[in-house]
Amino acid sequence: MTSMGSTTFEITINLIKLVLVFLMMVQMVPILVWLERRGSAFIQNRFGPNRVGPLGLVQLLADAVKFLTKEDFAPDKANRFMFYASPIFALIPASIAYMAIPMSVPLKLESATYLIQGFEINVGIVFILGVSSLAAYTILMAGWGSGSKYSLMGAMRAAAQIISYELALGLSIVGIILLYGTFNLTEMITAQQGILQFKAFGYTMSNSWLPNWGVFYQPVGMILFFAATFAESNRLPFDLAEGEAELVAGFHTEYGGFKMLMFFIGEYGHMMIASGLMATFFFGGFSIWNLTPQEVYQWFFAHTGSELASNILNTVVHFVSYFIKLAIFLWIFIHVRWTLPRFRYDQLMDLGWKTMLPWALANTMITAAIIFATSYFIL
Amino acid sequence: MPLGGVLFITIFIGVFGFILIRLARLTGGMAKRSSQAKMDIYECGIPAQERKDTKMSVKFYLTAILFILFDIEVIFMYPWAVNFRNFLASGAGLFVFASMFVFLAIFIFGLWWEIKSKALEWD
Repeated sequence: MTSMGSTTFEITINLIKLVLVFLMMVQMVPILVWLERRGSAFIQNRFGPNRVGPLGLVQLLADAVKFLTKEDFAPDKANRFMFYASPIFALIPASIAYMAIPMSVPLKLESATYLIQGFEINVGIVFILGVSSLAAYTILMAGWGSGSKYSLMGAMRAAAQIISYELALGLSIVGIILLYGTFNLTEMITAQQGILQFKAFGYTMSNSWLPNWGVFYQPVGMILFFAATFAESNRLPFDLAEGEAELVAGFHTEYGGFKMLMFFIGEYGHMMIASGLMATFFFGGFSIWNLTPQEVYQWFFAHTGSELASNILNTVVHFVSYFIKLAIFLWIFIHVRWTLPRFRYDQLMDLGWKTMLPWALANTMITAAIIFATSYFIL
Repeated sequence: MPLGGVLFITIFIGVFGFILIRLARLTGGMAKRSSQAKMDIYECGIPAQERKDTKMSVKFYLTAILFILFDIEVIFMYPWAVNFRNFLASGAGLFVFASMFVFLAIFIFGLWWEIKSKALEWD
């Protein structure tokens, strides 16, 4: 178990790293908002932001200036403490959970090894699930603190939806935990490196090019997990919390300016957690197709001849690999949002409780039975 | 301990958010005039309805109670799942496997009962 470091220098580096990961997450949000608006324009055949700067990229800056120059006030009926505190609290669960996801192989320098993640936690999955579901409290705080009917209704819907899909989310990864026998995300990624090999009843089925990713063992779990994360991050087709047709904007009806931007950071942060976890559980995390980090390191070492340079390059290349996987899932999130229509509320609840929960249960039981059968009858 | 890091970043984000909100309040300024209509909560055309006038469906509370029940059952499966291979290796596999299936049977019976008693119907 790696601690925060042994010397003052290491502790300082680790704390700075935490801040950097947080700022990276915050900086992703304007880019994602731009991508979302350009993507929606592309998908729905209309114009996105295309006036400010090349491809509308400076729109982000213009938006930030506009957010900053908005007058900031709370309605008379609002509970001022909750009204102002909930946007701040919305940032915390998303960013803390994101920091527990490993983003690259540890960087080995001469003196010490630095993990490319906020902090390594041995019970990573439990920590991430526990922390990220605290977002329900922020939403309830915002809805209750606004003092408005629409906010409260949106918040209640959002909370009911988040907790309902929490069950399917939690159950869908029991199969993955059974498979790898660990809660630690780094160990999980290590288990997924190399080439796909099914071992059963003494036979080994192997091939030469498919990677050893979790998705080949848990396809049903993958689909259930991904669908449940859509509901967890309040994205279409599960965005009943802010159904514009019925509730004006859901729990952030009364919010504007910078406070609303902070809710957006929270929402996009949850998308990034979901994408990072998808990559980690089912698509090999930061590892590169068919290659283990040792092989990549040796390739670099053979070409550069310097240990330090190959360590740094190894870390950078794996970070790029992780980032590509993250970007693919984020793009799927955006694509689905602008493709599918919204559910009705009873359909949403039925899907969560009566369809996804039984499927996740069946997935768990079948996975357990197969693991039991393959190991028990050989022994 | 990583807990130190968690505590540090929690406080950091809290201070960061607080400063941002204060900053936005400074740069945004205050309008010269204020009116009752501006300070009211949102409503379209009719007098605004407050939080205390709002009645929520009892289904939300029912969903929350059922969630607590089922979520605890799901959490019980985590330690079992993480240790399943160790139990298989030590030879206690059959017992652990069968006992979890009894547990799952109770879980499924609970879910079936819940669906049958129409606790999950939203109309």
